[in-house]
Amino acid sequence: MAELTYRDAVTRGIAQEMARDPDVVFFGEDVAAAGGVFKTTVGLLEQFGPKRVRDTPISEQAILGAAMGAAMTGLKPIAEIMFSDFFAVCFNYLANEFSKHRYISNGQTKCPLVVRTANGGGVRFGAQHSQSVENWCMMIPGLKVVAPSTPTDVIGLLAASVRDPDPVIFLEHKSLYPTKGDVPDGEIVDRLGTAKIVRPGKDCTILALALMVPRAMEAAEKLQAQNGIDAEVIDVRSLVPLDTQTILGSVGRTHRVFTVEENPRLCGWGAEIMSIIADEAFYELDAPLVRITTPHCPLPAADVLEDAMLPNVDRIVERVSRTLNS
Amino acid sequence: MLEKANQSGVALNDDIGEQKRLEMYRTQVVIREAETRAYELFLQNLVKGTSHLSLGQEAVAAGFAGAMRKGDLTFCTYRGHAHTLARGVSIEKVLGELMQRDNGLMRGKGGSMHLTSEEHGVMGSYAIIGAHLPIACGAAWRAQYRGDKDVSVCFFGDGTTNIGAFHEALNFAVIWKLPVVFVCENNLYMEYTPIGEVTAVPNPAADRAAAYGLEGVIVDGQDADAVYRAALAAYEKARSGGGPSLIECKTYRYSGHSRADPAKYRPPGELEKWKQRDPIIIYRERLKQFGISEEVIARIDADVKREVEEATEKCKAAPPPPLELLTKDVWADGGYAWRN
Repeated sequence: MAELTYRDAVTRGIAQEMARDPDVVFFGEDVAAAGGVFKTTVGLLEQFGPKRVRDTPISEQAILGAAMGAAMTGLKPIAEIMFSDFFAVCFNYLANEFSKHRYISNGQTKCPLVVRTANGGGVRFGAQHSQSVENWCMMIPGLKVVAPSTPTDVIGLLAASVRDPDPVIFLEHKSLYPTKGDVPDGEIVDRLGTAKIVRPGKDCTILALALMVPRAMEAAEKLQAQNGIDAEVIDVRSLVPLDTQTILGSVGRTHRVFTVEENPRLCGWGAEIMSIIADEAFYELDAPLVRITTPHCPLPAADVLEDAMLPNVDRIVERVSRTLNS
Repeated sequence: MLEKANQSGVALNDDIGEQKRLEMYRTQVVIREAETRAYELFLQNLVKGTSHLSLGQEAVAAGFAGAMRKGDLTFCTYRGHAHTLARGVSIEKVLGELMQRDNGLMRGKGGSMHLTSEEHGVMGSYAIIGAHLPIACGAAWRAQYRGDKDVSVCFFGDGTTNIGAFHEALNFAVIWKLPVVFVCENNLYMEYTPIGEVTAVPNPAADRAAAYGLEGVIVDGQDADAVYRAALAAYEKARSGGGPSLIECKTYRYSGHSRADPAKYRPPGELEKWKQRDPIIIYRERLKQFGISEEVIARIDADVKREVEEATEKCKAAPPPPLELLTKDVWADGGYAWRN
């Protein structure tokens, strides 16, 4: 067991998989010689050499297209798109190409690739470098979508993503990069499609993802201390596949559900989960289904504005306590 | 250097040779007859959806495929029937897919614009302009990484040269020195618009080559021999580690952009002028010049016509795809489950 940052966990996860499988290659903008703009890939070039760790031009379409062609013909590429906002300039590959080719080729084509990217806000980068785009990815049939919240989950879910035979979008949260956690020694391999109850509770269920998980945890402690509310917090971790069993199981125990979503409100991941709950656990519910989201607005740069925009601990506490006390 | 070679003693063999020429002639006739039949079946409402024909452009497909080795990879656009047939995929499989039958190449799941046959090296037909150029780069990267000697060959139209992915892929292929060959089939029209009206340079692909440090190669796309020789040189360069090539083939599309397009935007006489340089007529003359008899040529024509007839009948008799295919093969496990 050793303490590791989320940032260093990314490096360790990639290194673990590259050391295991010579078909794993890694490439993107500034990832090799510079070690990544978020310093998430420092040392990989030195460890695995320029044949397997490669810098690219600022050509997001070339990056994702090349990842697809390499994956179709036998490699297991990990491609980095520096900021998830940049998916908008290479969206064709997510929406039309590697998500659909297996289906339209009647099962002939394989695309075992991972697209890593820095997602989410909190670093004052403004409207085009701070978005939470998990819902962009979740809506496309043929993509798996993962967003870890801890260093251990980064390694385990990255390993699971690399070993998965389908394309996986791996959303790292840029505000979590400096956070630390205890990480077990040795190889770590997790499973996609598994949510985690990170705080058991009996009064309500709070579903959260990535940066919203530590915020939900802090809110749960406050709710306990200030309001006597015992909230269960679930780290959803994987949007596709979605672990509805863990979620529905929790709803069956607590009967009250909240989501804490960093994506803007419309068509956020929580809307899909809430519709499943309304459909399949309606008679378990003792309170309205409440989504706590970023408002349906672009993100501002200024710290006071951005902090007020994203769901925060006080908003979660206020919304949960108001709902449970009404 | 020409030399006498065939058994009759009258044929001439050169760098291409009789066997390869007969193969390329046959490929062109297969494309001509299959595409013509696809159009007829469309008029009978038996080809559904859309289709983009390569009538008039047969020599490009035949020349590039003729110069390939087994294991080389083809990437094409939605105008991909010709390149798919040229790699040896059966007429029945192609027409079956166009007719959306269970005997189709992808059992009706892809349709005309997505013909894919990995066993023949046809890695897909891509319906989003430019998308497949970077994908071909990725396949070429795998070859480079593993030391495989195959070449990735990527076909696209003149309209593709104005989209971003074209430029990203060319730069990427050059800096990584990838074994990929980019082939522009310049048929003069970007869908319904003359390419010259929407492009900054007269030769949409070749004139851009210099921007990426490549030679601007222009080939007579109506002459399969010229295409074959250009292809072979580019493949050899790629296989020997020399990096990518960009080749612009001057050709002409006899039909409209898609089945919905009667091509009324063409100036009078243009089609007729190009038909005087019909690739199949040119190649018949070439075969005769090299001593191939009318009889041999007629036999190929008749064989192909019969194949098309048989394929058509099989497709007409084939059932539609079963509904069990509906949700199959979204994931590698064969299913589409997104939740537990």
